Amino acid sequence: MLDSAFELLRQQAEGERSAVEIAQQAIAAIESSQPQHNAYTHFDGDLALATAKAIDEKRAAGKPLGPLAGVPVAVKDVICTSDMPTTCSSKMLRGFRPPYDATVVERLRAADAVIVGKTNMDEFAMGGSTETGAFGVTKNPWDVTLTPGGSSGGATAAVAAQTVPLSLGTDTGGSIRQPSAFCGVTGLKPTYGRVSRYGLVAFASSLDQIGPIAWSAKECALLLNTIAGYEQRDSTSLDRVVPDYVTATDSNDLRGVRVGVLREAMTADGVDPAVQAAVAHAIGVFAELGAEIVDVDLPHREYWVPTYYVIAPSEASSNLSRYDGAHYGHRSEDSDNLEAMYCKSRAEGFGAEVKRRIMIGTYALSEGYADQYYNQALKVRGLIRADYDAAFSQVDVLLGPVTPTPAFELGAKIDDPIQMYLCDLFTVGANLAGVPAISLPAGLTDGGLPVGIQLQAPALEESRLLFAGAAYQSATDYHTKRPRG
Amino acid sequence: MAELPTTTIIGLEVHVQLRTQTKLFCGCSTKFGGPPNTQVCPVCLGLPGALPVMNEQAIELAIRAGLALQCDIPPMTKWDRKQYFYPDLPKGYQISQFDLPICVDGVLEIDDPADPEKHRKIHITRAHLEEDAGKSMHDETAGSADSRIDLNRCGTPLLEIVSEPDLRTADECLAYLTKLRETMVHLGVSDCEMQEGSLRVDANVNLEIDRHGEVIRTPIVEIKNMNSFRNVAAALDYEVKRQYVEWEDTGWTIKSKGKRTFGWDDVKEVTYPQREKEESADYRYFPCPDLLPVRIPRERVESIRQSLGETPGEARERLQKQYGIKAYDADVIVSQGREMVDYFDTVATHCGDGKRASSWIQQDVLRTLKERDENIDSFPVLAADLGNLLSRVAKGELPNDRARDVFKHLVEKGGTIDQAIEALGIEAVDESEMETLVKRLLDANPKVVEDVKSGNQKAIGPLIGQAKKHNPNANPQTVRQIALRLIEQAP
Repeated sequence: MLDSAFELLRQQAEGERSAVEIAQQAIAAIESSQPQHNAYTHFDGDLALATAKAIDEKRAAGKPLGPLAGVPVAVKDVICTSDMPTTCSSKMLRGFRPPYDATVVERLRAADAVIVGKTNMDEFAMGGSTETGAFGVTKNPWDVTLTPGGSSGGATAAVAAQTVPLSLGTDTGGSIRQPSAFCGVTGLKPTYGRVSRYGLVAFASSLDQIGPIAWSAKECALLLNTIAGYEQRDSTSLDRVVPDYVTATDSNDLRGVRVGVLREAMTADGVDPAVQAAVAHAIGVFAELGAEIVDVDLPHREYWVPTYYVIAPSEASSNLSRYDGAHYGHRSEDSDNLEAMYCKSRAEGFGAEVKRRIMIGTYALSEGYADQYYNQALKVRGLIRADYDAAFSQVDVLLGPVTPTPAFELGAKIDDPIQMYLCDLFTVGANLAGVPAISLPAGLTDGGLPVGIQLQAPALEESRLLFAGAAYQSATDYHTKRPRG
Repeated sequence: MAELPTTTIIGLEVHVQLRTQTKLFCGCSTKFGGPPNTQVCPVCLGLPGALPVMNEQAIELAIRAGLALQCDIPPMTKWDRKQYFYPDLPKGYQISQFDLPICVDGVLEIDDPADPEKHRKIHITRAHLEEDAGKSMHDETAGSADSRIDLNRCGTPLLEIVSEPDLRTADECLAYLTKLRETMVHLGVSDCEMQEGSLRVDANVNLEIDRHGEVIRTPIVEIKNMNSFRNVAAALDYEVKRQYVEWEDTGWTIKSKGKRTFGWDDVKEVTYPQREKEESADYRYFPCPDLLPVRIPRERVESIRQSLGETPGEARERLQKQYGIKAYDADVIVSQGREMVDYFDTVATHCGDGKRASSWIQQDVLRTLKERDENIDSFPVLAADLGNLLSRVAKGELPNDRARDVFKHLVEKGGTIDQAIEALGIEAVDESEMETLVKRLLDANPKVVEDVKSGNQKAIGPLIGQAKKHNPNANPQTVRQIALRLIEQAP
């Protein structure tokens, strides 16, 4: 099984193993995992080996190497890659190969990472279980009868199955954190604008953010160092200095750190006892590490999900207009005029969940309803942001659950969209407010399934989350638990 | 027609293409006429994952235009998405401006075509920025249904200038469009080349029919995408008559029928209804989440206002007064835009002769620009150089025809005037040498002497030609003067 990213860097630096040997191990791991878990939509062993070989040659020639040299990384299939297809797990984009790399992919290449493949997801990142994609469901490596969560289920399963130490996911309403909790890995949703969205196929532009997934907070910091930072091709990208996130995780001293506890969220109806226990236990750990525990509330929390499920589909309905069969992507062969071409191409190309959200969004934006739904949701979003501002005037980080329950069975909620949407109960707030949030492994159920906790921090305070997360992980061993088999 | 008194109500929506180097949201060229789909990138193609980045120059030009139209420039403007499916709109939405346009509440004053002594104020509701769509070309000849799409134009910046329904006649519309075009060209906001589609006009028109004191309003017709002033006038004239007849036939009013979209067929010279959707279009406007709202500080607006300079009307008056040139000549120069006025100013100042500068610019410069398909700002002969060249002509140091050779040399080869003069072998001819030459020619042409003596000075003409043959640097003016003097002195 693959070692941590830091261990792989050390092994290469000390000449114990080459990048090619590491890549070979990753490819073997993917090949054995793929039939069981289906975490990838595409992987390319030859390409990975060629990249690894070039890195070994660079090292041999004494040339400077990037901070991720020779580390295998998987990329969610919603992020554009010029040398691999980018499908968003949709029939609409089957085989689509963008002529360019996303900014994060350019940065991975510049850091000498070895991109091994593209990971499975809910179609266009819409879903909470990696079941809505067109290329089969992904199975949770802890128990293949369970969902890995979604929509970055492939990205978290790829790490949980130890095919790669690092992967990139995207988080629009919890799509990094929820599957991280289900798969027992660490996943960070950065501040909106911290990581360039250029080349990220848009789901809901004002909420989407790319983030790192790994076993530990320190490895997330390593990956975030590479992908964070201003970029002029994305107007919403923040022009702020990027701190060294890895250095930020060096200290374990939480004395003086005020941890706000969402007491009400912790004990809300429908929250599984195992989740409640994990949060309660984490509060104890933080207190032992010297943190000050403060009860706080985010009063508009009950509006998070409805607000999110107006704004996200509205933006999605617009962003997905471009898939009309005219220029690229799926075109129906069964149409004899323009309008039929649009209708049939979209009817055939999109799956049920994507269609559902396009319909909701189209309705919410339509003349006569926009004020009732979309504009109203924007106003509530303002209140939600104000809640966060008020909370962060009292505490440094917020602590609470990631998900109401541990991983559920495949198929359990796929026909009940409302139940599926409630998986996002605790995560969408961070997206609506644009603040960073991290999901940390924090316990196991009686049945041996991972349970996560979530920390949230003010905008641009990823360092604080990674520091607190690493401190927690220095005192606990949940992030070192691996699935059996 | 016109059995009952009728007033025509017209409002115009004019799209002008802003003169930016690059597109509104990406770095692709806006140059007209490139091979299809060569000026495109992931952003203007609407590829998945591509994001727009605003072009500051477009904002600058839009503010210039707005100020020239006496608009307010609000401190905040934003970008919205307008959704509709169209094959040459690759994103499925157009990035435009909905409720907070960059310019609001302006006025364009025009000469009243019905009474040259009077002016009319046409109110401008708003002017907003938006990206252009691509171009579809359909080949439906003989059973083939071949559609091709050129996306070069996709993302080109447009300013849509919307007037109030203040216009009453086709002539007024022409006066408005002429004035608008002149202003936009003069300020460098747009080239307004209608044949290249950089100025396009939609007209909203209906009638108010006075039926014995009762005012009846006919349904509004929007005539889309007219691409010449002649078409605008013809379409309006046609539409006014058509609406009256339609009202007589059907009794339709604005209440019963609302607004419809028509096209103009410039071959048949008729307006015709375009395919109508069963329901009215719902563009589902919402703020574009990929672009931040744009703050426009007061100071920025004021500094652009300072840089606007004179209006075309002021420039015309000044040129006539300052350089003593005719109204027509001033008009030709001003209608070429601000850069040409600057060019003329420099040439005229350097040569000290506005009339000479004006005639050279109208003949030599404009013709050369046209031949080379160039703008004055990239013209190889700098204004100061041309001014200095003409000053030598004015001082008699260089004959006009040799100056023209120098000009041609500068256009084609560049370099300084002196280098051109040297390369062309132009040198000043010694007065006594010239006198000897003319004397010899007069001796050889007694008939010329005779004719001149009998009062026909034109007879010297052929002599000038012969003198130039002997010495290409012979100044015709000098030859004439010497010849006249010698003939007078002759016994």
